[in-house]
Amino acid sequence: MLLIECIYCGERDETEFDYGGEIRDKRPVDPDNLSDIEWADFIFSRKNINGIHIEQWFHSGGCRQWFNIQRNTYTNEITKVFNLKNQQIIREKN
Amino acid sequence: MKNKLNTNNSYSLFSIIKGGFKKNSVLDISMSNKTPKKSYDVLIIGGGGHGMATAYYLAKNHGITNIAVIEKGLIGRGNTGRNTQVVRSNYLWTESSLLYEHSLKLWNNLSQDINFNVMYTKRGVFSLAHSYQEARDVARRVTANKLNGIDSIYLTPKEIKEYMPIINISSNARYPIFGASLQKRGGIVHHDAVAWGFARRLNQIGVDIVQNCEVKNLIIKNNIINGITTDQGDIFANKVAVAVAGSSTRFAEMGNFKLPIESHPLQAWVSEPIKPILNPVVMSNTVHAYISQAEKGELVIGAGIDKYIGYSQRGSFNVIENATSAIIELFPCFSKVKLLRTWAGLVDVSPDACPIIGQTSIRNLYINCGWGTGGFKATPGSGYVFAHTIANDQPHILNEPFTLDRFTSGKLIDEHGAAGVAH
Repeated sequence: MLLIECIYCGERDETEFDYGGEIRDKRPVDPDNLSDIEWADFIFSRKNINGIHIEQWFHSGGCRQWFNIQRNTYTNEITKVFNLKNQQIIREKN
Repeated sequence: MKNKLNTNNSYSLFSIIKGGFKKNSVLDISMSNKTPKKSYDVLIIGGGGHGMATAYYLAKNHGITNIAVIEKGLIGRGNTGRNTQVVRSNYLWTESSLLYEHSLKLWNNLSQDINFNVMYTKRGVFSLAHSYQEARDVARRVTANKLNGIDSIYLTPKEIKEYMPIINISSNARYPIFGASLQKRGGIVHHDAVAWGFARRLNQIGVDIVQNCEVKNLIIKNNIINGITTDQGDIFANKVAVAVAGSSTRFAEMGNFKLPIESHPLQAWVSEPIKPILNPVVMSNTVHAYISQAEKGELVIGAGIDKYIGYSQRGSFNVIENATSAIIELFPCFSKVKLLRTWAGLVDVSPDACPIIGQTSIRNLYINCGWGTGGFKATPGSGYVFAHTIANDQPHILNEPFTLDRFTSGKLIDEHGAAGVAH
């Protein structure tokens, strides 16, 4: 089980969290003029990285706040915890 | 020694009797490891069930035998040997029903086809409903199945109890049972036998199976694929087909196109062997678990995917705990059975829980991925339609709806109800 560090509550079991997927590109600036291909790419395409991965987690069983972590998807090691708003690094492990 | 190696023995009663007179000096080598030739007509990347089935049907239906199957690890060590062996075809939508039904029919005669007993046993597959809404959904799926000519019946709790007396149908149960669907032709196929059966047959046909060979890059010129770069050198081919499940995104990157695939851990675990007690396969979407009893007597239990992306082939313990506790609520008599081992596979999940089979934006490069949690049951069907797609450079009628384009056109085939947890 992953031990995830919430930026507000500290380290908690994975069961307290919901996974929000990889961090996504910004929303399209001009959505009215996007082609079907561009929409499909925005909605469905995934980087699906094997290795260092920045992802969103939601502390649904705790403070109910979103934040980002950097996790190695092969070793499951969590190396960074980010604030979602300003991407400020809250915790970093080497 | 070498001239005594017999690679073309077909298994039969006669060959057993004949072998009985020859001591053990005549070895039947099922599969020999090949070093790759310089070029092939078709290269198949991925030596799992789907890749080998594709090679088999290319040879059988389309007369193409100058094929190599390139496997990064060893045959039978990936998802083909890690799944929980369930086969069925009771999907909701017509597109997927027909594809999986085609596969189920191929399982029927596969043992004769490849001269290897894959041990298909029609034990029946139950999908339980634990609420009024779920009961209505299951009944709807039964009706949809009947319209597509697939055997499926709806059972009341009492009728379910007749099939398996050990199930708890009390209305006070933690997960009360409102009803279930049953596909009698669904059941179990021994996964290791599928891996070894296909490998042996391909060896007889003359298809090269190259193990421990990692593909480093694709050789693409003017948007046409010419071959691949591997750690055993460059191999050239007219056509390249990719069937690599959880590693599909890596190949899409090499080909510079994108996939809507996420790779997740999917866990399963088995108990110590016990005497035969549970004949059918029982699955439940609500409790995120399913169970069957293997021929050896082990209870095989599985769950849904772990929620996060992961390539480690390891999952989180809470998934095992939740699914096992739900199974014990359904079958209280299993509470004292000890678990023997757990493991995880690496599955390629698509947004609509349906596969992607077809051409890519690179000419002569074909992809077969996105089977998610339920690819094993489709092994022969997947190989059949993928071989057709490769040989004719256009999809078979059964995999036409399953192109990569559907994410652009919006014609998704939402099978989360029939495929999300149930395998």
